[in-house]
Amino acid sequence: MAPEDTFDAFKQCAVEVLQVDPSKIVPEARFAEDLDADSLDLVELVMALEERFGVNVAESELEGVQTVGQAYELVTSKL
Amino acid sequence: MLALSPAPDGTGAVVGRRVVVTGIGVVASCGIGAEAFWRGLLAEPPVGRVRPVTDLDVSELFGPKEVRRADPFLKMAVAAADQAVRDAGGVEAFRGDPDRAGSYMGTGVGGLETLCEQDRALIEKGARAVSPFLVPSMMCNRAAAEVSMRYGLRGPCECTVTACAAGTQSIANAARLIASGRADVMVAGGSEAPLCDIGVAGFANMTALSRSGVSMPFDVERDGFVIGEGAGALVLEERSAAIARGAHIYAEIAGAASTADAHHITAPAPDGSGAARCMELALEDAQMSPADITHINTHGTSTPPGDLAEAEAIHKVFGWPGPPATSIKGMIGHTLAAAGAIEAVAVALSIEHRQIPPTAGTKQVDPACSLDLVTREPRPWAPGAVLSNSFGFGGHNGSLVMLPPS
Repeated sequence: MAPEDTFDAFKQCAVEVLQVDPSKIVPEARFAEDLDADSLDLVELVMALEERFGVNVAESELEGVQTVGQAYELVTSKL
Repeated sequence: MLALSPAPDGTGAVVGRRVVVTGIGVVASCGIGAEAFWRGLLAEPPVGRVRPVTDLDVSELFGPKEVRRADPFLKMAVAAADQAVRDAGGVEAFRGDPDRAGSYMGTGVGGLETLCEQDRALIEKGARAVSPFLVPSMMCNRAAAEVSMRYGLRGPCECTVTACAAGTQSIANAARLIASGRADVMVAGGSEAPLCDIGVAGFANMTALSRSGVSMPFDVERDGFVIGEGAGALVLEERSAAIARGAHIYAEIAGAASTADAHHITAPAPDGSGAARCMELALEDAQMSPADITHINTHGTSTPPGDLAEAEAIHKVFGWPGPPATSIKGMIGHTLAAAGAIEAVAVALSIEHRQIPPTAGTKQVDPACSLDLVTREPRPWAPGAVLSNSFGFGGHNGSLVMLPPS
């Protein structure tokens, strides 16, 4: 999968789970401040990403994840 | 007036503060909102074993994320509460001290559909696929909590879970909190969304559902209930505060009672003794006699044993045939824990329109029941007190006495 396609797939999951405009899903977007997503929203998003990309993300790995870019890195590092 | 302590000799009850209804909201299969609901109660009933609510638009009430996640029981509860709050003039108009304002929303099973969806995810995809929102979406107290959060109500926030008596008992419990001085304002009601496959199957397999698909309370041919869904909500206020702010008053909650049959988990006590005692205690609570009641909004679910037991209980308390009675379940089916709350709205509207809606679906009243049942056409309501009954699996009985504003 090309990097653009990977990010598109990531974006699709984020739009579906967080119900935000696709244009808001950019690497620097902060979950809490920019996307109105709390910790449970993030858990739900990671679950969707796990299914989409066939990876496993431990809950402890989510600590400190505050932006779209950080979440993207976390998931793609496991591909 | 709701009493704070009983008067065994019928005198000297310590009366509480008076409680009035200043806002009503309803989501029912025959209509969403008080006006549509009332028109619906006077229309021809549909046929079928389920009476779903269609066309409920909650896009103004929930963000896109919440619309996707919220269980139907929550959507209907919030829609009814929102109507009631707006009807009462908006929360700023009546809330007063937020620490003395509360919410009380009953349900039978809470977010059953959500539980089933997530159970399917668990079985098909494993534990990791279960939504982190399962618990807060299915819990029975979610509707009460949601109403409290939306309107900044920081006083009592509770949920009565007594099957099909929960709507009536939630309103009674909320009114008692105001009567006793523990709260000044309560948003109270009930909500139920049982129409997912497992809910319908459960009721069908216990042979509670009508085979004919016709809800016909107290009819000689009745064969079980038709299952519905919905929500009802009231804004309850301490009377003098409501008058001081010039609120429109629909009715007064004048009395309430709660008893148990202590007989069988699903069958009513065959002589209606628990229900009769509940009605008597509600009258005593309101310091009234049976002759003061000019209308009964019955539980009347259309099951053979349930309707018979209620009719016998009414005869025990009121004699034969008793005050003009109706069951709106002929129209909307049995909405379980929402029923008592929706029926309280129906009573408020009966008082408002001075009319008793007919028991839709009922053609020939069972001689064994022989109530003065309003059928076919609405009947003028003779101003006076109105009794509303709800009974639930578990032997729970709840009765409310409502009065026109005075």
